[in-house]
Amino acid sequence: MSDLKRTPLYDLHVALGAKMVPFAGYEMPVQYSLGVMKEHLHCREAAGLFDVSHMGQVILRSENPDVAKAALERLIPQDVLGLGEGRQRYGFFTNAAGGIEDDLMFANRGDHLFVVVNAACKEADVARMREDLEPEVTVKLLENRALLALQGPKAEAVLAEHHPMVSEMRFMDVATVPIAGAECWVSRSGYTGEDGYEISVPVAAAADLARALLEHDDVEAIGLGARDSLRLEAGLCLYGHDIDDTTSPVEAGLTWGIQKARRSSGAREGGFPGADRILSELAKGVSRQRVGLKPDGRAPMREGTALFATEAATDPVGTVTSGGFGPSVNGPVAMGYVETAHSQVGTALFGEVRGKRLPVTVASLPFVAAGFKR
Amino acid sequence: MKYTEEHEWLRVEGDEVVVGITAHAAEQLGDVVFIELPDEGATVSKDDEVVVIESVKAASDILAPLDGEITEVNEALVDEPGKVNEDPEGDAWFFKMKIEDLSALDDMMDEAAYKKYIG
Repeated sequence: MSDLKRTPLYDLHVALGAKMVPFAGYEMPVQYSLGVMKEHLHCREAAGLFDVSHMGQVILRSENPDVAKAALERLIPQDVLGLGEGRQRYGFFTNAAGGIEDDLMFANRGDHLFVVVNAACKEADVARMREDLEPEVTVKLLENRALLALQGPKAEAVLAEHHPMVSEMRFMDVATVPIAGAECWVSRSGYTGEDGYEISVPVAAAADLARALLEHDDVEAIGLGARDSLRLEAGLCLYGHDIDDTTSPVEAGLTWGIQKARRSSGAREGGFPGADRILSELAKGVSRQRVGLKPDGRAPMREGTALFATEAATDPVGTVTSGGFGPSVNGPVAMGYVETAHSQVGTALFGEVRGKRLPVTVASLPFVAAGFKR
Repeated sequence: MKYTEEHEWLRVEGDEVVVGITAHAAEQLGDVVFIELPDEGATVSKDDEVVVIESVKAASDILAPLDGEITEVNEALVDEPGKVNEDPEGDAWFFKMKIEDLSALDDMMDEAAYKKYIG
């Protein structure tokens, strides 16, 4: 694994007994000694600490902050100009064909925008932003900050011991908070379906902060394995699996992430890559849609499982894009794309597993109620 | 106990052989969440895929270690697949099989050889 990068928490992961695997060019902990199942359940019951330092942290800055906001709107179908200071939004880079190039979080931090993108896409994302936004906007990929996520119902109580200000934050608020002597950029957000925080911390202070948080009895380190089952139960998309450069945001069921200002008849209608297809789909609907899928039996239906309308049908009506075992659901859960005619919640379908057609039902997402503090 | 290169253990009980997976294999698989067992009475050949075992990470197959007939399966595992992680070399056996020639076990690894095999 010599050509793989390591995050500033690498030594801590190893000391905690993590099993390290290659992921998006990094050596990352897939699980610790608790194991995926217990880590998942712990995060839902108390609090889990995740190292997400492999993700890309980017600053967009312009002399007049509105210039950077308007510029970013050329790349994403979100309302950036209308996002208040100290607030964060979910978004996605689209391409000319209306597909999704990556999903991201962006925050209005006053005189600049703070953008967090997926590890596997970060070089392409930065190149895309540089090409389109420079020179009016400076695009800076931060190499000197780590990113931690503290997630779960006890996250607020744990982090408030370091600074009471975090209790005042609502879902998707962002703030600069001094924690353990370091300037942290904290957002009340995450990707587990639980309440919690994402904490950008200077590299030099990252391991100390992680250790301080892990000292709390309610906090356990959580690996990528449980991160995946947590986000799947929460109905959240994994880029490269549930969304990619061919899936449109409308097919993916992400229309809640396209604000009014960017839609037809909005104040700044269109003006992002693929707007023709995306606005047309918003008006006319789509032929396939992302849905939740609950296998009726106990056998997991994993990514790639073909879905059929009947036990004997020859042509599939869809495919699973993420699937596995949901520890909180205590059974298999999945999501995937199906033809719109079969996308109603409650529709009975069959997934082909090891040559057998097993019953599966279209289910509403999320599988586990979100714990966000709105 | 005898061991296969597929990380199964075999224990002779009278004229039957009890088959399960080793603690090492269970550890590598991670939390087991689904098990599909063969039919009792089925005739199987060596290396047939007889058990499907899925963990939180992936699906794998357990192969028949020898030719023979499945005489009994451990139904309790279907409802509680996590037993494979708790007691892989005890309560969480998968199936029992009757084999023609028990001497086939002589060529298999003993505990010392298996320990060496997994390093």
